[in-house]
Parts: sequence; structure tokens; C-alpha cells
Amino acid sequence: MRTIVKHRLFWPATALIALIVINTIARPRFVKITIRDGELYGALIDILRQSAPLMLVSLGMTIVIATRGIDLSVGAIMAMSGAVALQIIAGSDQPDNLGVVAVAVGAAILVSLLLGAWNGFLVSVLGIQPIIATLVLMLAGRGVALLITDGKITTVNSDPFEFIATGYLLLFPFAFLLAMALVAIVGSVERRSALGVLTEAVGINPEASRLAGVRSRGIIWGAYIVSGILAGVAGLIYSANIKAADANAAGQLIELYAILAVVLGGTSLMGGKFSIAGTVIGVLFIQTLESTILFLGVPSAQSPVFFAIVVVVVVLIQSSQLHKWARRVFGGRRSTETSSDVEVAA
Amino acid sequence: MVVEPGPRLDNGDVDQARPLLELTGATVRFGADAAIDSVDFRMFPGEVHSLMGENGAGKSTLIKAITGVLPLNEGVLTLDGEELRLSNPVDAQRAGISTVYQEIELLPNVSVAENIALGREPRRLGMIDAKEMRRQASRVLHELGLDIDPASLLGSHSVAVQQLVAIARAISADLRVLVLDEPTSSLDVDEVAELFRVIRELKQRGVAILFVSHFLDQVYEICDRVTVLRDGKLVGEYLTRELLRIDLVHKMLGHKEAELKERNRPAASDIEDAEPLLSARGVTHAPRIRDANIDIYEGRVLGVAGLLGSGRTELARAVTGVDHLHTGVIVVSGAQQDFTSPRKALNKGIAYSSENRRTEGIVAELSVLENIVLAVQADRGIWHRMPPARQRELAQSWVEALGIRPADLDRPAGTLSGGNQQKVLLARLLALAPRLLVLDEPTRGIDIGAKVEIQNLVSELADNGLSVIFISAELEEVLRVSDRVAVLRDGRIVDTLDAADTTVDAVLALVARPSSDEEDEALT
Amino acid sequence: MTTLDTASVGQTNTLAYKYHAFMSRRASLMPTFAAIAILVLLFVGAEIFLRGDFITPRNISALLLDNAPLLVLAVGMTFVIITAGIDLSVGSVMAFTGIWLAKLLGDGVSAAIAIPLVLVGGALVGMLIGVLVQYFDVQPFIASLAGLFLARGLAYVVSLSSIKVENDAVLWLQSTRWSAGGWYITPTGIIALLVVVIGAFVMHFTRFGRTIYAIGGNEQSARLMGLNIARTKVAVYVISGVCAGLAGLLLTAYSGAGYPRNGIGTELDAIAAVVIGGTLLTGGRGYVLGSMVGVFVFGAINTVINFMGAEQSWTRIIVGLLLLLFIVVQRAIVARAERRG
Repeated sequence: MRTIVKHRLFWPATALIALIVINTIARPRFVKITIRDGELYGALIDILRQSAPLMLVSLGMTIVIATRGIDLSVGAIMAMSGAVALQIIAGSDQPDNLGVVAVAVGAAILVSLLLGAWNGFLVSVLGIQPIIATLVLMLAGRGVALLITDGKITTVNSDPFEFIATGYLLLFPFAFLLAMALVAIVGSVERRSALGVLTEAVGINPEASRLAGVRSRGIIWGAYIVSGILAGVAGLIYSANIKAADANAAGQLIELYAILAVVLGGTSLMGGKFSIAGTVIGVLFIQTLESTILFLGVPSAQSPVFFAIVVVVVVLIQSSQLHKWARRVFGGRRSTETSSDVEVAA
Repeated sequence: MVVEPGPRLDNGDVDQARPLLELTGATVRFGADAAIDSVDFRMFPGEVHSLMGENGAGKSTLIKAITGVLPLNEGVLTLDGEELRLSNPVDAQRAGISTVYQEIELLPNVSVAENIALGREPRRLGMIDAKEMRRQASRVLHELGLDIDPASLLGSHSVAVQQLVAIARAISADLRVLVLDEPTSSLDVDEVAELFRVIRELKQRGVAILFVSHFLDQVYEICDRVTVLRDGKLVGEYLTRELLRIDLVHKMLGHKEAELKERNRPAASDIEDAEPLLSARGVTHAPRIRDANIDIYEGRVLGVAGLLGSGRTELARAVTGVDHLHTGVIVVSGAQQDFTSPRKALNKGIAYSSENRRTEGIVAELSVLENIVLAVQADRGIWHRMPPARQRELAQSWVEALGIRPADLDRPAGTLSGGNQQKVLLARLLALAPRLLVLDEPTRGIDIGAKVEIQNLVSELADNGLSVIFISAELEEVLRVSDRVAVLRDGRIVDTLDAADTTVDAVLALVARPSSDEEDEALT
Repeated sequence: MTTLDTASVGQTNTLAYKYHAFMSRRASLMPTFAAIAILVLLFVGAEIFLRGDFITPRNISALLLDNAPLLVLAVGMTFVIITAGIDLSVGSVMAFTGIWLAKLLGDGVSAAIAIPLVLVGGALVGMLIGVLVQYFDVQPFIASLAGLFLARGLAYVVSLSSIKVENDAVLWLQSTRWSAGGWYITPTGIIALLVVVIGAFVMHFTRFGRTIYAIGGNEQSARLMGLNIARTKVAVYVISGVCAGLAGLLLTAYSGAGYPRNGIGTELDAIAAVVIGGTLLTGGRGYVLGSMVGVFVFGAINTVINFMGAEQSWTRIIVGLLLLLFIVVQRAIVARAERRG
């Protein structure tokens, strides 16, 4: 029992399950799933589908945070990705052509990759602080997206493109499967190869890693590239969903929700050890909470208030200060913990 | 326990009969262990007192008890006969007990004057009076004989100067007791002399000074009295002029001295024939190291001796790709190399172990296993992960070979003691089977038992064909372990000697004296 | 050793020595000098480019008034950033206080009550952030993120759509103009300038201000020096919150309405202005007056873009590039110092 409770995923998973249970009690139809024409429907399925963009962005954010960095530009990259794809599709005279869509998607991913590489260059080669480096793109990126769409909101009607967001594959929404596939790929690459542990080493102690011969520059650069690509895919899903490129609204505030998901999942903002599974749970929690709020009749624009409370609760729980205070007030187990002042070589 | 009554020293009419600060029966516990146990300690005004002891002896705990960082579980602290209860360092400062820490605890981004006055700034009409602040700072600096511009930013000065400003700050607030924590670690010879001048000035004013340092020479030069701790208990209090160095070391070590293996040093003639494994010419990383030439042969240990600031670390880092070489040529096995990163040097079998174990060595939150395997894994690259079973096997074998304790592979490496952390680092680099291992201060801050273990290990490895560059501030250690010794002074190698044929004093003479070529040659 | 880093008497009058002495005293002013240089270049460039139509009393006066809210935000942000913190909530707090003010006024509450009330609202959000940062060791980034969420959500709770303001007192702040020979200023402009002056004064002549620099320089040292860290750290976030509240008032007066969608991304503009003005994001160095220069740089770019009839989005792009330039140069200077040391 102890090992289960101490497992890092215990609290995030419990929180998610609790939220689902509360929802089910309030509206039993919450867990109802129906099948129609080989496609699943239901509130839970909606959550899975809607979580796709956030899932991808949070995945990238997890890796970047593990290297002791942060990527504030993901929302802007989403906007630019959507803008590029839609310009190509809208500009072609065959928007329904699979080839055209493929080119549009490819171009969008390529652009996102380059933007991620740009961020990575600033951080890993020039040594600029990640907050500042990605702030530049966050500031300027939407402006560039607007330029691409000429200041307008480009709309298209393209079945292959829309499939990305609303289509189904093997019972499940395609967007969700796409997100999970990428999660699985990134997760297994991190853990099956040495990339995961080397990334953690770089995040915990970059200089020691360098002296040990770890190619930190490549690892850090790669993290931002991955974050960029994933944000690009998220941008495509978003645009496909609204069938438009809205440079201002795409990915609005998403970097903050992504950071919240990562923190909820147990990865520390200080870098180092990370958990992709934790992030997945974090994303599902956020999406479920959003759905709950909407169900309560709260206008979606007001939902940030709830998330503020979530942020506060999470950081308080994780705060060491709170633990110290609680221990003093409630007594608790007699700890053999010593003050942080004591060094081993006293 | 040998405690002698206060002596009459030469500084005239300072009252020596009564201690200024006194700690009686002091005990500080962490959990069930007592870091210090029933320790008595006293400081006299106008005297420099040194606290000596190996790591784990309780020195830093005692200092923290005096300066208000830690509370006493038992015992009494008195200042000038009155009991003092300190709950935080600021209380201690108000009582007149100030500390100058190893890491300068001042503000680099504001002026010298402000650093001296902040917390008790002069005011005028509710506003800070900057002009008056500068004037007061000038006065204090002048009293100490220091010529520092009070309006300049603290950060624009060297560490040595910043330290003196810290002392000026202490004085400006009615100083009774000054604690200097490893003050000379980052100073060069001239800077140490200046610091000692200021200390003597403070002595004249009747300040009691606690001088904490592991440099025995300096302790004997400046201190009047020494207190020795061992395993948290008081061994004794002595006057430095009445205690031989060798006796002091014995008291610090107690029964823990271990046998040191004498190295089988190969004859000097063997060395000339072989081709060097690594040959460096004109190594320069301005301004710390210039024009250095060294040759490393297989299976030989090259010691590097010199004072702090003489360029020891810079030389090592330049030769192993850790720092950029400004100019110079490095040849490994006949081929010229361009080491632009540690990775490149490691590819040629050259590994560097940093003197900053914590910041550049151990990855604290990763386990012992992950730390040991790190360099090997980095070498194999991202896509060839070592199978977990193989990793465990490798790490286990090193833990056993080096005696790493506790032998728990999954424990975060940050929880190990300094000595064991150093062993983990050694294991990490040795697991790569390097050809040349550069050890920068591998025994610093480690207790004597572990020190000897590491020295013996180095000898053993050399005997088995590993080349080593061994850097240490402790000359005895360098001479004991090395075959040849490169002596550095002010960024240049002044000579390379045969360890078997030289003495600590000879090396000291080379290291300390200002340059004069004829005199150098006369010595060697 | 005293001779080690000060020159001997005979040399004190040389230019080299004077330069060295100047640099050792005023090194942290360099980034701000650079900002002023850029501002001057901008003005000159725009003047040439727009053929003498740019530097007119009218345009300069408008520069202040159009950017009054940003100016106030930047002052508050400077306080926070110098302690090595950051406040991402200010745009949302500005929107929240703005719409709340509009609602209160619309419901008949007098301005004398409504205005202080919304300022307190801003202060409370700031206090929440400050408490999280100081007493619960939460990173400023995350703590102010919570503030952002809270304020943005509350703005929409107050009203989902914009509310027009018809209160005379508030409208007076913007519509009154005091002119003299082509130059003019409104009460909002005066308020903004007052905030700058008070901010600069507090930073340099009060212990509170010096403690802020101390925290940014080395928090541990500042604590050991006996300075009151806890109170100061919470206070800077409260100040930022109050400034955001004030900015909300100014913005509402300026546009004649409150709008919950206001201020999205404005915190970034404020951060950019502060960094361009010479404040280091790592803390410990910076000047309120420098941030003012940064705001004018931002505003000037915006004005030029408007004059050229180009897309609004260009402003953010150019500011982003400028920010990048500053950051790269700052980094290069630090790297050079590190290598030498």
C-alpha cells in the first residue's frame, strides 16, 4: 500500500478519478458511451478529443521543462502553423485534394520545426535564458501569423483537412489517436533510449553533465525542436476544428495550461526528473475540469477562475513550506529529518 | 583536556585575563546525533584563534552556534560575562559578532558604501542620505588603511577586495568578535598579506578573531591560539607557539591515521625513452595560465603544485577541453588535437574530475547507479542505451572496488558524504577506461581516512598503466603520489621536478618567492 | 593589495583611470544609456523617414497619453523584476479593474468610492501572488500565472461584454487638456508621470527601495544584513497590482468603456519595455526612468507603424526583434565578462 501511495502518479491519478466520480454522480450520463456507425460518442469521448491540442503542447513542454527550460511560444507556434497550412489550402484551387492537404500539413510542420529550432538555438547555442528566448516568439509570433493571413481569418472547406480534428479511426476520434500516438512515440524514445536519463542529467546539473561528456547542446536544442513540432501539430488540429486560421485566438493561454498540466503531473519546474504519464493525467484532469465547469453552466470565459484555484491548491500541496507547517501543527511522525543547514561534512 | 590561562601577549595593555566570548558545555544535536558534545570554547580580545579539526569534527556546527545560525541544545554562550541567547544571525550581529563567509554575503549590484551601511543607513528628512553614507564608508575604509572607492559597485572588485569590504561592514557596527570562514581560499599571496595586515589592525583594537582555515601555514602565521575538535568533542586548546605542527595534526587525526603505501616509482631514466601520451606546448588561457608545457607519460603520475590562483585548475581545464584554449598545441599519441569540449577529450581517453564536486560533478537527484553510468552512457550516445542489467552490474562492481558507502545503488547521489561522492565521480570516469585521468583536488574536504584511500587508489591505477595528473593544494600529498611535479607560480610553470628527489620546502620556495631567474636556478 | 586594483596617485588624472572609475560606479547604467540611444535614433529616423512630420509637440504629447496605462504597468513591473521576480497577471488585472470600475460606475457608485475600491482589488491580487512567492516558495512565474487566471476569469464574471462609462469624473480625466503652445497633457498623463516620479524616488531614496535592489542582488545576503525581505517581496507584488489597477482606470478613461478582453498580452509589452529600458530579468539592476524610456520606444514604434499605415501586428514584431537584440547583446557582454574571469 505504501509504495502505491508514494508513487509519484498517485496523487494526480486520484485527483482525476475523484473528478470523474464527482461528475458521474452529478450527471450519470457523463460516463455513457454510445456507438454509431463505428464511432464512439459521449462526454468522455469529447474530453479525449478536445484534449488533443493541449496534450501535444504539454508533451513538448514536459521535455523542455526537464532540461530546466520553458517554452512560452507554443501558442504563437500553433497560430503560425495554422496560418501556413490554411494559406496553402485556401490558395489552391483543389482544397479537397489529399495531395494539397498533405503539402499544407507538411509545410506547417516544417515551419514549426524551424521555429522550435530557432528557440533551441537561442537557448542552447547563445545561452539565453529560456523564458526570455521564447518570450520573443511569444510576442512577435502572432504578429507574423497575422501577416501570413494578411490580417484576416482565412477559412477553408476541406474534408481531408477537417478529418484531422473531427474524423474517426478505429472507433476513436482521430485527433485523440494522433495525440496518443505521439505521446507513445516520444515516451518510448525517452525511456527506451538513453535520451530520458541524459535529459534528466542535463536538467539537474548541466555543467556536471557537460564534463561527463553528455552532448547537452544537442539534447536541449532537440527538446525545443520537439516542442515546436508538437505545437505545430496542435495548431493543425485546432485550425482543422474551426476550419479557419485565427491568429489571435489560436492557442490563447495554452502555454499556461500546459505548464499547469506538467506541474500537476509531478514534473518539477526546476528541471530534471520528468513524467510523461503524469503530464497525460494532468491534461485529462484539466480537460475534465473544463468540461465540469461548462456543465455547471459557467460561461467558458469565466473558467480561468477555477483554474486559478487549481494552480494555488497544487502549488500549496507541492510546497515544502506547507509540509513544514503541517508537521509543526499536526505533530506527525517524528522525523529524523535534519535542517537543510547540516552538510554531511559538518 | 589541556586548557591554559590567558597568556600575556605583546599587544600592550589589552586585558587578557578574561575571555570575551565563552561557550561552556555546548551541545548541538541533529536527531539523535550530537554534532558537538559538551564543548568548551573561548576567545580572548585582541587574539586570533583558530578552530581545527577534520571534516565531521564539528567545526562548522560550533561556528553556527556562535553566530546564531543554530540554537544550542545544551550549554551556555556568554559575551563579556553576560549570557547571550541567539535566535538568528541578525541577533548575533547586533551583539557584535560578525561573520565573513567564504561566499561573500554582500550585494554585488550596489555600491561599496551601501554595502557597508545598508541596514543602518544615515537618513535625512526620512530619505537616505547618500553623501553621508559615502563619507562614513570612506572613514571606515580609511581606518583599515584601505584605498577603495566607496561609490564604486561592489561587483567591480575582486573577491579579495569584497572580503575586505565585508570586514569594513562588520567594523562599522561595533565589532567585538569577527569570524572569518575560510577567508583565504580564493586569495593570492599579496591579497593574503593584505588581509593579515587588516587582521593585525583589528587585533590592536581588541577584536577577538576566529580564523577558520585548513591552510596550516597560515594558521601558524597569524593565529595565537588553536582549539582542536575531533568527532564533536573538544580535544584541547593550545597556544600556537607552543604546539608543533606534527602534534597538531596528530591531535586532529587521533587514531585514524592509516598506512600510506609507498609508490614503486620507476627510475627516471625509463621515462626519457617512451613517447609521451599527451604533450602540451604553449598552453595559454589568459590571464590565469600562460605558456605552459607539460608531458604526460603512460603509467606516470604528474603532480601539479602551486598556490591557489597559480593556474593549476586552468591548466587542467585547458588541456582536457573543459575551457577554451586561447593558444597552445595539444598532441595526443602523435596527433594534434583540438579539444573544444570535454566530449572531444573523452573521445581520446582523457577525463577531467572537477574540484567542485557538487556543482560540476555529482548529479544530485540521480541515483548512485545513474551517476556512475553517466559518462559511459554519454559515450555510447543517445541511441545505444546500456541494458539495465549491465548498468547495475557495472555500478555494483565499482561500488565494491572503491568501497562506496552506503552501498545502495538507488540512493540519490546527493545524499552521500563528500568522500563517497568523490568515489562515485572516480568510478564514473574510471568506468570509461580512460588513458589519462586529471584529478583536480580529489581529496579536498574529505576526512583523512578517505583521503588516504584515494591516494592509494591513484598509485594503484598508475601502476596498472593509467596516466594521472594530480592537482592538490597539499604539497605533502602531491609529493607522495606523484612521479614528477610541475610547479606553478602566477600562471607559469616554473619547473618540473622529480618527486623522489625533492622536498616540500623546496617546492614551497619555488612557489612562494617572486621571480628572479638566477635565484631559481640556484635552488634547483 | 591596496595597490592591486586602484591606481597610484600619479595616474588618477588620466582618461583611462577616469573611465575605469566611471565604469566601476555606473556600469549598471549602460543598458539604460543604450535604450536612450535607441529612442533618439528612433526619433531621428522617424523624422527623416516621415519627412519632418514626426517630432511635433502634438505627436510627443500623444505619445505620453496613448501609452499612459503601459507606463504605469511598466513602473510596477520594474519593482517586481528588480527583485528577480516576474508578474504575468498585470494585463488581466488591468482588464478586471477596468471592467469592474465601469460596472460600479454604471450601477451608480460614486467615483470617489469606486476608484479606491478597484485599486484595492488590484492590490489583493498582488498580495495573493506575493504571499505565494514569499511564504510558500512558489516560483513567481507560476504564482503570477494563478493571478492571471484569477483576474481574467473575474473580469468575465463582472461582465461578459463591454460596459460604457458615463461618469463625468472619470471621463474628465481623459477629456480635459491643458495645453501650452502645441503641447498638451491630460490628467491621465499627469497621473502616469507622477507614478514614474514616485517610483523612481522610492527606489533610490528609501530603505524599501534599496532593499528591493538588495533582494535582486543577493537575497541571502540581504537577509543576513538584517533587511526585511519578507515584507518587501510581498509589497512589490502589491505595488504591481495597484499599478495594474491604476492602469485599468487610465485605460477605461481613455476608451470610455471597460472591456473584459482588454490587456491580453499587455504584460508582455510591459516586460519588453522594462527590459529594453535596461532592467535585467535576472534582477538587481534597472531603473524606473529606464522603463519609461522603454515604454516610449514601444510607443514610438507603434506611432510610426500607424503613420505608415502598416498592420498593427508589426509593432509587436519589431518590439520582439528589439527585445531579442537587447537580450543577445546583454548575453554577449556577460559571456565576455565570464570568459575573462
